[in-house]
Amino acid sequence: MPQRIPASEITAAQIGAAEINAENIGKTFGAFRALNDLSLDIRRGEFLTLLGPSGSGKTTFLMILAGFIAPSEGRLMMNGKDITHVPAEDRSYGMVFQGYALFPHLTVEQNIAFPLKVRRRNSSDIKRRVGAMIERVGLVGHEKKLPAKLSGGQQQRVALARALVFEPSVLLLDEPFSALDKNLRALMQEEVKRLHQETGTTFVFVTHDQSEALALSSRVAIFNHGELLQIGGPQDVYERPASRFVAEFLGEINLLPLKGVIRNGSGATGRFEDRAIILDRATQKIGDEAVAAIRPEHMHLTETPPPADCNAITCCVEGATYLGALTKYHLKTKTGTPIAVSIPTAAASPLNSRTDVWVSWPTREGFLLPAGE
Amino acid sequence: MIAKSSGKLLLLAPLLLFLGLAYVVPFLGIVRWSFTLPEPGIGQYRAVFSDPLVQSVFLRTLRICLVVTAASLLAAYAIAYVWVRGTRLQRMLAEFCILVPFWISVLTRAFGWLALLSNRGLINTWLEAAGITSEPLALARNELGVIIGMTHFLIPFAVFPIASAMRSIDERVLLAARGMGASRSRIFWTVFVPLTSGGLIGAALIVFVFALGFFVTPAILGGGRSVMVAELVYLRIFQSPDWGLGAAISVILVLFIGVLLAMMRRFIKPAHLVG
Ligand SMILES: Nc1ncnc2c1ncn2[C@@H]1O[C@H](COP(=O)(O)OP(=O)(O)OP(=O)(O)O)[C@@H](O)[C@H]1O
Ligand SMILES: [Mg+2]
Repeated sequence: MPQRIPASEITAAQIGAAEINAENIGKTFGAFRALNDLSLDIRRGEFLTLLGPSGSGKTTFLMILAGFIAPSEGRLMMNGKDITHVPAEDRSYGMVFQGYALFPHLTVEQNIAFPLKVRRRNSSDIKRRVGAMIERVGLVGHEKKLPAKLSGGQQQRVALARALVFEPSVLLLDEPFSALDKNLRALMQEEVKRLHQETGTTFVFVTHDQSEALALSSRVAIFNHGELLQIGGPQDVYERPASRFVAEFLGEINLLPLKGVIRNGSGATGRFEDRAIILDRATQKIGDEAVAAIRPEHMHLTETPPPADCNAITCCVEGATYLGALTKYHLKTKTGTPIAVSIPTAAASPLNSRTDVWVSWPTREGFLLPAGE
Repeated sequence: MIAKSSGKLLLLAPLLLFLGLAYVVPFLGIVRWSFTLPEPGIGQYRAVFSDPLVQSVFLRTLRICLVVTAASLLAAYAIAYVWVRGTRLQRMLAEFCILVPFWISVLTRAFGWLALLSNRGLINTWLEAAGITSEPLALARNELGVIIGMTHFLIPFAVFPIASAMRSIDERVLLAARGMGASRSRIFWTVFVPLTSGGLIGAALIVFVFALGFFVTPAILGGGRSVMVAELVYLRIFQSPDWGLGAAISVILVLFIGVLLAMMRRFIKPAHLVG
């Protein structure tokens, strides 16, 4: 039974959704440190994504949340109660595994009914809930099939239905879409988003696909080498990354080493090659040298000097890549720093290689990162 | 395509030739005897189905084989479980228990059991010395002895297909069941066991088919009182020279086993048998 809280405090959809606090979680496998002093609050009813490269400890953290493995240090609180040593079968969170982990010997219907049977619900109740769930995930007509007879997307739906049918207070999803093709992936992302809104359950979603993380989540937690680097809304982490790793992991970014950096107010100025660069935002503590980071889609290309309120540098065109909706230009500055600029294909004009152009961006775009690695 | 499969056939040829010469040709000879000795006709087959002695041996064989199959499966399932899912030490121990019997001949093992189970064997001596029984329990020279000896011999053959089925279970499926709140016993009975059913069927057929042809173990541990089909064939051919009847019984046995093997092919993947 998920713990209930006074209804006045939360919205109807979130009744039963859990709040989890991970406090200083560490996990060591033999001599290998998989998670290190990880503290993270998962809010009631939120859609939190754990994002990070392979081996960064996402699955390990999810397994600790689910209760399948015990942390070496730290504790886990749910709705204010210590659940560190509560076994998985008593936590009873919904879980969608990578590769779905459906019961191969049970039909779609029986798979979805399994968690209800475990809870000894009466058969008419089971029938009703399973039927409703099958309808909700769009599997009507496939009730009697075995998982092996279903397509990847359909198996995915069964896994979701099975994980949600008993109204768990938390749903954990470990890279659920990594085996699907691009279209199906987009479709399933929509579906998961809708299920999150409809159920109001707390979702914790693992992926190493940054665009998926940005598209789905209310907050994104970025992992690397077993550490939590940053957590925040998609826009926060994308536009105000706290470190170079986060900045680069969330998408392509241009890095311009600056010299003679001076803070002024909330912004900063510095020198790149022979030009002054102004940034309106500079939240980081930085020294005399720093790196200006600007996303390719925030930059413009012109053949004449841009307006004065923009930063501008001269570059030489090296080539272009057609990406459908966008065209990406590859350029080099005078000292050889590579620059990428993405422009909507509809607005792109053909530029020959070896021509000199102006790359510019408004001073409100971009941010400062500490120099060096 | 054709060239490729004929190439493979060529590789198989020596084996096919050997099987043909060593089994098929002699078997055809036996089929001929069954219809010609002592006189041409189907008289021997009629005798098989009307002779109460032969019938009782067939029934006993069937009964012993069924009990042995059930007992072997039960023991093999437990051993396979420990072998596949136990701790390192448990695995090593299980492996040892599975492999050691293979190094000891059937004959030695049968006599070993006799030494344990007979009236003046170890078990009865101990029981009497401890004052638990006053006269020996009938453990050998009867069906019980035969069943014990055969089960012991056949367990390893059942372990391999079962262990192979257990190994192919996706760990995450079991985790998923746990995550949904299922208890260990529920996971075992509703997920683990059904997922090993292919291995169980394969093991059952192998053990049963092997058991049907057992000769040495019943002869020694049955003490002549629990004659099984194979021993009956032996007696008919070597003691009461009645070659036709022995041949007819053999043919029926081989046909029965053929039907069982055909069933096996339908129900299970060959991969489950080799482990
Ligand atoms: N049971 C284990 N024993 C030893 N090492 C382990 C174990 N489980 C995980 N690890 C190690 O811990 C690290 C983190 O693994 P984890 O599975 O959490 O990564 P991940 O972020 O989920 O990666 P991926 O995106 O590839 O799934 C890896 O280096 C892995 O080798
Ligand atoms: Mg993982």
